[in-house]
Amino acid sequence: MKIAENTFGSKYHVDEKGFYGRFGGAYIPEMLFPNVDELQRNYLQILKDPSFQEEFDQLLRDYVGRPSPLYFAKRLSEKYKAKIYLKREDLNHTGAHKVNNTIGQILLAKRLGKTRIIAETGAGQHGVATATVCALMGMECVVYMGSIDIQRQAPNVARMKMLGATVVPATSGSQTLKDACNEAIRDWINNPVDTHYILGTAAGPHPYPDMVTRFQSVISEEIKKQLLEKTGKENPDYVMACIGGGSNAAGAYYHFLDEPDVKLIAIEAGGKGVHSGHSAATTQLGKLGIIHASKTLLMQTEDGQITEPYSISAGLDYPGIGPLHAHLYETGRATFLNATDDEALQAAYELTRLEGIIPALESSHALAKLGQVAFKPEDVVVVCLSGRGDKDMETYIRNLPAYTGDNV
Amino acid sequence: MSNRIDQLFAGKKTGVLNIYCTAGFPELNDTLPVMQSLQQHGADMIELGMPFSDPLADGPVIQDSSTRAIKNGMSLKVLFEQLKDFRQHIHLPVLLMGYLNPVLLYGIEEFCKKCAEVGVDGIIVPDLPMDEYEEDYKPVFEKYNLHLIFLVTPETSEERIKKIDSVSKGFVYAVSSSSTTGKDKDMGHQQAYFEKLKALHLKNPVLIGFGIKDKATFDAAASNSNGGIIGTAFIRAIENTTNLDAAIKQFIAGVKHN
Repeated sequence: MKIAENTFGSKYHVDEKGFYGRFGGAYIPEMLFPNVDELQRNYLQILKDPSFQEEFDQLLRDYVGRPSPLYFAKRLSEKYKAKIYLKREDLNHTGAHKVNNTIGQILLAKRLGKTRIIAETGAGQHGVATATVCALMGMECVVYMGSIDIQRQAPNVARMKMLGATVVPATSGSQTLKDACNEAIRDWINNPVDTHYILGTAAGPHPYPDMVTRFQSVISEEIKKQLLEKTGKENPDYVMACIGGGSNAAGAYYHFLDEPDVKLIAIEAGGKGVHSGHSAATTQLGKLGIIHASKTLLMQTEDGQITEPYSISAGLDYPGIGPLHAHLYETGRATFLNATDDEALQAAYELTRLEGIIPALESSHALAKLGQVAFKPEDVVVVCLSGRGDKDMETYIRNLPAYTGDNV
Repeated sequence: MSNRIDQLFAGKKTGVLNIYCTAGFPELNDTLPVMQSLQQHGADMIELGMPFSDPLADGPVIQDSSTRAIKNGMSLKVLFEQLKDFRQHIHLPVLLMGYLNPVLLYGIEEFCKKCAEVGVDGIIVPDLPMDEYEEDYKPVFEKYNLHLIFLVTPETSEERIKKIDSVSKGFVYAVSSSSTTGKDKDMGHQQAYFEKLKALHLKNPVLIGFGIKDKATFDAAASNSNGGIIGTAFIRAIENTTNLDAAIKQFIAGVKHN
C-alpha cells in the first residue's frame, strides 16, 4: 500500500495546525508537549520513508492477511435492492480493523526509539491489537481499560494477558473507554521519555487523528482497487461505516473524501434511543468542546462536564467523535444516522442468517441502516464490516431467542 | 491597574506559599471558609480548582476531589455566585485553575469578565495552548487585568521556557517532575532543572509545584524559586476532617514550621 501523500489544502483533510475546519488541534497540558511535539514534527516524514512503507506493507500482507476481501453480499443485496459489498476487516488478524493502526504505530514507535507502549481500549479490540504487535516486536505493553469494560469483555482481557500485556483497570469516572483514555494520557505524562501511546481511534491531540486515519486509509485504497476489478468503476455510490471515535469510518472514507459523487454515511450508536438519556449519538447530542485534547463535538452537561455515553457496544461507547467526523458532519459531506441497540442486534442476526457472517456489534450498527437509505437497484454500496462478532457471543446468545425465536 | 499577584511578589521574594483547593470541596459551601482559613493561617496565595469531570493532568486525589465537588453541585455558575462578595473578606491573590472545556462553554470573554467582577487575579488552564492564547485570547485576559499562568516541566526546552516566560504574567508555574499531580517523585533528582531555571533569569517569579507536601519539600522548592504550590497534600489534609479551620491551621503550620 501507499501511505497518502501530503494532503494539505484539501477541504476534508487536516491543515498544518492540526485542524479540520474548526475541529481538532492539540489541547494538551505542558507535560505532554514534548511527546506530542515530537510526533507532530516526525510522523509525516517517518510515514513517507520508503523503508517504513515497505515494512508496514509487508506486515499488513503477511501478518495481518491484507488485502481484506471485498465481498459481494448477494442475499443481503437482494433484500435491500442494491449491490452491497462488505469490506471484510473482520477477517484481519485479531479480528478487526484496529490492527492496521497498531502495526503502523508500533513501527513508528520503534523509529522514535521508544521501548514501552501504552494504549486504551473499550471493547478490547484495540487492546488486543496493541498487545499483539507488542508481542511481535518484543515491547512492554500496558493497556488501560475501564473496570466496567473489563467485566463485560472478559475474553479480550484474557487474550491481552496471554499476549503478555498488563491490563490496568481504569477506576475513575464512568470506568469505561473515556476513562481508560484519561488514564493512558496520565501514564504518558508520567513516562514522557521511553513511552509511546498507541491511541486506537481517529481522535486525541493532533497528529493522532490524521496519523490513525492514514494508517487506516489502506481500507479505502483497497476498496478502490477491488471495486475496479469487480465492477469496472473505482468509486462506489455509498460508503457506510459505524462511528465511535471513527477510525474504521475514517479509513473507509479516506480516498473518497474529495470525490463528491461518493456518498458517505456514518452510523452512530443510538443506544436505547437518541433522546432516551442512554445514547452515544454524539453529533445529535453533542456541542463543541474538548475531549482528550481535541476540539470536537462532545456530549456534555450545560456546565461543561463530559457526560457518560451509553451503547450496547463497548467500542462505540464514546462521548466524543474524531475531529474529521465532526467536520464531515458540519459541512454535510457525510450523512449521520444512528442505530439503536435493538436495530444493531437485529442486523447482526440478519447478516448471520443471510450471509453466514457473525459481525461485531459495532459493525452491526452500520448494517442496521441498510433499510433506511433510498438505494437505486444499480447503486454500489460498500459497508465496512469493521470486526467480527466472537467477542460479542455472550450478548448474541443471550438475545437469540427474542430475535430469532430459536431456543439456545 | 495593579494586580494582587504582582503586589505579592513585589513585597515577598522568597517562600511564597500558594495552596490549591478544589472549589466546593469537601462540601459545596466550604469554598469561602477554606479561603478564610488559608488567609488567616498564613498562606500567601490561593488557587481555587474549578472541578472538571476529566482532569487529565491530575492524579487520583485531585480527581476524586473534583468528582466530589461536581456531585456537591459545583459549577462555574455556582462558583461565581459564591465568590460574589469574597473580596470583602479575602485580600490574598486568588487564582482559578481548571480545564478549558467548561471555560469554553461558559464563554472566554464572559468568564474573564466575571473573574474581574468578583476580584480574581489569575488563571491557570493547563490545556489552553500558548499559541491559541496569544492569537485569540490574550487581549481579552489583558482587558480584564487577569494574569494567565503557564506551566514549564523538566522536559521543556530552554527556548520554550523563554517563550512561556515572555507570554506568562504573574509567575511561571514550574512543575517539579514529569508527572500528574500528587505523584511522589523525588525532587532531589530535579536539581539540574531548578538550576537551569535560575540561570535563565526569567522576567517572572517562579513557583514550584507537584510533589510538595511538607516542610522539607516546601523548603526545597522555596530555596530554588520564589516559593511553592501545594495541592494534593492539602486536599488529603481536609478531605475527612470534622474541623476545617483546625485542619488547615495544622497543615500550614506543618509546612512553615517544624
